[in-house]
Amino acid sequence: MATGNRSQSAQGLTLIAPPLSYALLVMAAPLLTILAYSFLKDGYLTVIREFTLENYRAVWSDPIVRTIMLRSLSVAALVTLVTVVLAFPVAYFLSFVVAPGRKAMWLFLITIPFWTSYLIRVFLWKVILGYNGVVNSGLKTLGVIEQPLGFLLYNVNSMVITLAHAYAPFAILPIFIALEKIDRSLLEAGRDLGESRAMTFWRVTLPLAMPGVVAAALIVFIPTIGDYVTPALIGGGKIPMIANMIQSQMLDLDNRPLGSALAVTAMLIVAVLSLIFVALNRRFLKVRQ
Amino acid sequence: MKGRGLHVYAICYLLFLYAPILLLPIFAFNSGTVIAFPLKGVTTQWFVQMFENASMRKALFNSLTIAISASVFATCLGVFAARASTRFEFPGKGPIMGLIMLPLVLPEIIVSISLLVVLLSIGVQLNILTVILGHTLICMPYATVILSTAFNSLDRSLEEAAYDLGETRWSAFRLVILPLVMPGIISSLLMSFTISLDEFIIAFFLAGNEPTLPTYIFSQLRFPKQIPMIMALGTMLVLMSIILLTIAEYFRRRGIAKTGAKDTGGFL
Repeated sequence: MATGNRSQSAQGLTLIAPPLSYALLVMAAPLLTILAYSFLKDGYLTVIREFTLENYRAVWSDPIVRTIMLRSLSVAALVTLVTVVLAFPVAYFLSFVVAPGRKAMWLFLITIPFWTSYLIRVFLWKVILGYNGVVNSGLKTLGVIEQPLGFLLYNVNSMVITLAHAYAPFAILPIFIALEKIDRSLLEAGRDLGESRAMTFWRVTLPLAMPGVVAAALIVFIPTIGDYVTPALIGGGKIPMIANMIQSQMLDLDNRPLGSALAVTAMLIVAVLSLIFVALNRRFLKVRQ
Repeated sequence: MKGRGLHVYAICYLLFLYAPILLLPIFAFNSGTVIAFPLKGVTTQWFVQMFENASMRKALFNSLTIAISASVFATCLGVFAARASTRFEFPGKGPIMGLIMLPLVLPEIIVSISLLVVLLSIGVQLNILTVILGHTLICMPYATVILSTAFNSLDRSLEEAAYDLGETRWSAFRLVILPLVMPGIISSLLMSFTISLDEFIIAFFLAGNEPTLPTYIFSQLRFPKQIPMIMALGTMLVLMSIILLTIAEYFRRRGIAKTGAKDTGGFL
């Protein structure tokens, strides 16, 4: 059996080698390079190989970085909240109301918009919310308003709407999976023991669904922070988020060490916040059905 | 009646999800040059203009080349990862699989910028090959997930029966396992193709001067005159994605039916 185990691991490792080396070469190595760059000095159009913490000092003391970072965080947090709150009833509906035979069709319908071009969906929100856009021209034709509403586009609210729309299916799927795993007899037990339907939901269903909610929140929060397209199109380039700043430091200003320090800082903040978030929900995550 | 309110809510939610996509064809066939209500008349001139546009055709050709290559590479790598993770136990399995799935949650801006910096510093010319490199990376986790479901529902006794009947490890894989997971492979190819076709950020940073459909669209959005044509192009893209996804879903379900497992639905 020992030899069997050894050949098992050997076979497994041989099989996993190609995808693993690809991930190491194309993802891990570049990430480590960025990390290394962030500790080097910037020369004009070159990078001086000399250790320094100056980039981090510059990033952490810059008020513009702080503003943009806080904006990215608050936009991402708001998007996460809106997305998860809006998605939960849909996931609940899918899991508890829809007949088992039709679940796959509903899931398919929900995931389709997610697989269509992100860029086009973002741009269409610009078309919908714009000064001469669908909402304004529609309302004007109907005679509801005289002048186009200017507050619809180029602000944080419109970015939140766009991103919440873009990441909606991301939130539904993990919550749905968690709800599907719930043993239905637990809910019956709750009702039998005299809890109302609302209290059963609050004390049984919701805690058991929390792992899905936490996963959904993280899956929405992490990519939203790094979103580039929405601030560029919907924000009109005037309300940049951290991704736009990293891009301009790296490419337009060609300050790779500073850009790298910015990227590493952003990743650190996201990682720390995610860990805190998971730790806060530890109580729920420990529950195993 | 339980769930009536939820049903209404779910339908409203679907409408919200589909609102932008439903507007796309409306404006693609509208003869007005401004994207606004009221609509003018029906026209197909934007589609004609789109097909006559040489840079659009170049972008389309580039996008197809990238999407085909990336989906083939990602699916091949995914087959290895899925087979290894569903069939074998090996040291460091958790962290290794985690690393392979990481592109799923890593912001694309980080992936593309770090890859760009490395490619530039070792002096690689940016072209569609560099985009294929990046797209293969982000498609790999999706391929791995889809293929893992396919490999997972395999009955191991079928494989053992093949060994007992004198097949070698490779011929058993080719004759027994591969046909059974084939629907999963097709599904993975189609999903990866769709992801690559629609992907913008990586193509934006790694394509150099070569346009792909999304980067071409992005460059044209600044010109109001081009918008109706972009709407036509968007309609085509969305239509293509929906057709590919429907085929992918068909094969995914057929794969599950073939191995006799219960359909749990969904891609994740």
